[in-house]
Amino acid sequence: MFRYILRRLLMLPLVMLGVTFFLFFLTQRLSPEMRASLYIQDPRQMDSLEEVIEKYGLNDPMPVQYFRWLKGAVKGDLGYSESANMPVTSAIKAYLPATIQLAVAAIILVVLFGVWLGIISAKYKDGFTDNLIRFFVLAGFSLPIFVLGLILLMIFYGKLGWFAPGEYSFTADMIIHSPNFKTYTGFLLIDSLLNLNFYVFFDVLKHLVLPAVTLCIGSFALMVRVMRSSMLEELNKDYVRSARARGLSEFKVIYEHAGLNAMIPVVTLASIQFIRLLGGTVIVETVFDYPGIGRWGVECAQQLDIAGVMGFSLMVAVLFVLGNLAADILYTAIDPRIRLK
Amino acid sequence: MNIKDIISKALGSKNAAAGLIIVVLFGLVALFAPILAPSSGRDAYQMPQGGYSIEPQAPNAQHYFGTTENQYDLYYGIVWGSRMAFKVGITVVFFALLIGIIIGGAAGFAGGWTDEILMRLTDIIFAVPSMVLAMVIAAMLGRDLDNMMIALTVVSWPSYARLVRGGVLSVKEREFVLAARALGASPLRIFAKHIMPNAIYPVVIMASLDIGYIVLTAASLSFLGLGSPVGTADWGQLVALSRNWILGGHGNPFAYWYTIAVPGGALLLFVLAWNLLGDAFRDILDTSSRKA
Repeated sequence: MFRYILRRLLMLPLVMLGVTFFLFFLTQRLSPEMRASLYIQDPRQMDSLEEVIEKYGLNDPMPVQYFRWLKGAVKGDLGYSESANMPVTSAIKAYLPATIQLAVAAIILVVLFGVWLGIISAKYKDGFTDNLIRFFVLAGFSLPIFVLGLILLMIFYGKLGWFAPGEYSFTADMIIHSPNFKTYTGFLLIDSLLNLNFYVFFDVLKHLVLPAVTLCIGSFALMVRVMRSSMLEELNKDYVRSARARGLSEFKVIYEHAGLNAMIPVVTLASIQFIRLLGGTVIVETVFDYPGIGRWGVECAQQLDIAGVMGFSLMVAVLFVLGNLAADILYTAIDPRIRLK
Repeated sequence: MNIKDIISKALGSKNAAAGLIIVVLFGLVALFAPILAPSSGRDAYQMPQGGYSIEPQAPNAQHYFGTTENQYDLYYGIVWGSRMAFKVGITVVFFALLIGIIIGGAAGFAGGWTDEILMRLTDIIFAVPSMVLAMVIAAMLGRDLDNMMIALTVVSWPSYARLVRGGVLSVKEREFVLAARALGASPLRIFAKHIMPNAIYPVVIMASLDIGYIVLTAASLSFLGLGSPVGTADWGQLVALSRNWILGGHGNPFAYWYTIAVPGGALLLFVLAWNLLGDAFRDILDTSSRKA
């Protein structure tokens, strides 16, 4: 177990080296003028592009350039993102909390409803309810999230006016950027509570509803399927039969006895899906104009903001790899019957 | 189990049969696109523009499904979009599978350092969510249909390579391979004649069922403006054209419902059909889920 984790952690820098080398290779297709933003920290340097190109040797052979860039990147110098109008590291700090907030909201929905639907599906195995749930869950999996997002906006923003795009309303924006509102963590849900400002809290929460629902809809398929099969396995075990024999109510048998035991695989799956939601935030944040890391990444890609693209992919890769490792560790920690090789 | 058993068993389920019917219908539309929606221009995938008004038109006798922003005919877009979906899906699956089979086969058969290096190569691709990586690659290569397909191929091959490698490793130890070796067959012959045919067919089935997923990712890229060029008959792009109209107009929030419902519906049906098929096969082949 320990050796496995150690090996994976040792592999991490190697994988990152591979990812950055690959992306750096791709950027070589673009002109030196476009790549200059990778090296600067101050937008004023862009005024004298020739100097920047000369100074950082943007016409040198690719490996030379790569190592020069890597030296800076290791020190946390990732360049200047033109689409965000700030250095890449500041952009990541500014946008990441909103995305994590969104992903956490989505994964809570996935676990709550996924577990519940999975239990019902198992309870009425092969019956009408079971088939209905399985069909809708698969339909949700097949529904393109940008289509769903636009339809939800059409109904709940256009028609009903309940939820608006963005991260918060104009009024909340004024409060957040007023001197009285202190930023502690960057997570607006937490910060608003610490400021005891419930208006902002509910405003931010309200703006989370549509993006979170859209983001999570595709994740139910796997969650319900795993919960269903795990539940079916538990229901066939002896302790369930004896619980029934002792005359426990069906509710207690299903939810307290079998349900809790059946949730073991759900914990790992949830941690894996949480990481996978990162890919989805790219589209959801763009549709809802939600100022997170995903929308920034799309803007960087659309505007060919190379420093932004590199910084964004690098950050997503680190989160993704570490998250997957954490999921693996959690998997063994939660169930001692499983041992990693 | 051989291929015939697998296919007949999978199609025995109602869901899979429904999926197959929808896929076949889309296939027919794609096949007969030139008859269903004759094109006048040189490039049939380029949607004709009926005028320069930006406001979409509701379905009418001239435009069966209405028009979208900039007067692109939705019916034409859906018909040629089906052909585009198959073109993209089949091309990407074919090349990703080809690379996956070569690299996975080499890794599994050679073992040792070759295996280690090739598998670390797949780790690199797996280190970034496929949607994000495809987006970045497509952006850097430039907005173009071929570039989008290259981006999708780059993110798709590693999962096939891993599956092929696993298949090769398990087949390698089977008796008939040992028998062939004992009879003095050359390693190349053993690999080509005995190992590969048995190791790849589940992967080939799984890969072809990924067409729905690949078309969905392609549509997402086009939606973000990083896929097919402007005006291409592509469902994702048609959905993107509806973005300015979702709030409706003329006092009716749903005035332009068709701009999203028509292309969105086509995409949903197409992907759902492949997923229905895929689900049935996955149950039988029982390979663990591996999509990011």
